[in-house]
Amino acid sequence: MYEIPKEKFNPLLERNNDTADIIRPGVTYWGDAWHRLRQNKMAMLGMYTIILIILLAIWGPILSQHSYSDQYLDKQGLGPSNEHWFGTDGLGRDLFVRVLYGARISLAVGLVASLLNLTVGVLYGGIAGLAGGRVDNLMMRMVDMFYSIPLVLYVILMMVLIGPGLKSIFMALGLVYWLEMARVVRAQILTLKEQEFVMAARALGASQARILFRHLIPNCMGPIIITVSMNIPLAIFTEAFLSFLGLGVAIPMASWGVLASDALPAIRSYPHLLFFPAMAISLTILAFNFLGDGLRDALDPRLRK
Amino acid sequence: MGKDDILLKVDGLVKHFELSQGFWGRKAVVQAVDDVSFHICQGETLGLVGESGCGKTTVGRTVIKLYEPTAGAIVFDGRDITGLKEKEMRSLRKRMQIIFQDPYASLNARMTVGDIISEPLIIHSLARGPKLREQAVKLLQKVGLSPNYINRYPHEFSSGQRQRIGIARALAVNPDFIVCDEPISALDVSIQAQVVNLLEDLQQEMGLTYLFITHDLSMVKHISKRIGVMYLGKLVELAESSELYQRPLHPYTRALLSAIPVPDPDAAAQKQRVILKGDLPSPINPPAGCRFRTRCQFARDICSRSNPEMIQVGLKHMVACHIVINRLTDRFFNK
Repeated sequence: MYEIPKEKFNPLLERNNDTADIIRPGVTYWGDAWHRLRQNKMAMLGMYTIILIILLAIWGPILSQHSYSDQYLDKQGLGPSNEHWFGTDGLGRDLFVRVLYGARISLAVGLVASLLNLTVGVLYGGIAGLAGGRVDNLMMRMVDMFYSIPLVLYVILMMVLIGPGLKSIFMALGLVYWLEMARVVRAQILTLKEQEFVMAARALGASQARILFRHLIPNCMGPIIITVSMNIPLAIFTEAFLSFLGLGVAIPMASWGVLASDALPAIRSYPHLLFFPAMAISLTILAFNFLGDGLRDALDPRLRK
Repeated sequence: MGKDDILLKVDGLVKHFELSQGFWGRKAVVQAVDDVSFHICQGETLGLVGESGCGKTTVGRTVIKLYEPTAGAIVFDGRDITGLKEKEMRSLRKRMQIIFQDPYASLNARMTVGDIISEPLIIHSLARGPKLREQAVKLLQKVGLSPNYINRYPHEFSSGQRQRIGIARALAVNPDFIVCDEPISALDVSIQAQVVNLLEDLQQEMGLTYLFITHDLSMVKHISKRIGVMYLGKLVELAESSELYQRPLHPYTRALLSAIPVPDPDAAAQKQRVILKGDLPSPINPPAGCRFRTRCQFARDICSRSNPEMIQVGLKHMVACHIVINRLTDRFFNK
């Protein structure tokens, strides 16, 4: 039998045994959600597409040598080529730059819709939910009232009042696009405000504003983000659809809806005029929807693995 | 014990919740707490026991004005706080705190432990800047948690640790009075002892006064000096702990005490278990007269006719039961 020499044994030196000092970096809710989102390939694809579209919309028209209103009278209705990537339209304007300009308008519409959601919608729903009782009832019946009128009616009304253009579309979106968020946030807050941590904040003497902004709204960030990400493509699509009907942006500005609408009369001769704006619309909306789906899954703690 | 020592006095406290039912808003009233009176002396622990739904949590939340009382008076340290508005309450909130039952629901999941503990300090402007951090670290140490945890989120802790965080938050404002709303019922037995010991140590160290709400009868005996027993929104018996356990008078108290498990099988076999018949009636429509009469084996006519008052039957022993009072007076006159 092998003898272990005695000198190999040493008394254990006293060392710092405070295991609590070994700290694993805390995993925050958002870190966790980001981790799950990253594993969702479709959502990441959507996110990269959106980033690409945003970058192109901002820098594309500046870098391009063409402008959205420059006409090349000798090059009307050309197909895609090296010089004009998406070809030119019936008036000899570069379609690529015009589609990028359309992206600017679509993204602006999405931005306005999401800002409205985040400010008016969240605040309105938050106040209604926290106040409860008669105030809540009154505020939510107002929401129901706005909801009951179709969007197209608002747009037409706005056009009569302030004339056609981007402004009237923004105004109409402004009237409508915070409603769903208000409902979502209110419903969340109604359940959250009965929880003990809110009761604890109240027992500490926290003001209503503090309870709303520090305790309630951070706890509904999940549903808020999901609602925003689902509402952006909806707003973009609404703008495209209204412009297509001629209720939106006026010529010579180019929005995707206007481009698609302009392409219709010549669809047999120049199909690419319809194809590119339509592709831009579908790509953007698909990308936002994939990202929205991914966010919904990532932010739902029940799916935590 | 002089009268000056009384920190909290509750007189005829009533809390009803209105429920609207159905489309036309027919109102139903839940009589969660009905005519409850007691007082708590400085540095004392009053236990409040009763089965689920008897209104003990409502009492705890109403005495620190988390609920508006429907009727009655709450006097805190000689000051009537019943009608005070939330703004006027704010300075008093520093002196009365609450520890909650559910250590999961009572901490905001989006805030770090440091933020949770320093929130009361911010609200009452007790500390700011680097001092805030310092105070939070001190509080963590006070409840036996490592200061290293300060940047963690509540979901990274066990339930016992979370309960300690809740205690640290309550202690942050240096209160006089703490409502412990079933602080141990969501914990493992081994951790229950730790938390109860922590609460007792803190009481001695800081001179705290507790209203200890629980349904754990062996724990409440251990921690409280006096115990109140509640049934369906009413206080039915109030006595010193040893007196209550040795000489329970109210039939409900007896049934409750007989349900305590005994860790000795021989003794357990000897013990007579009082089994109550029926279910707890709805607090929306409580029985007239004595609320316990529907389940009481001694119930007589008088019990449905009139509502028994709390009557002093011993030095510090009060009971609300017609039958007990009758028997005691009979015995007194026959002798």
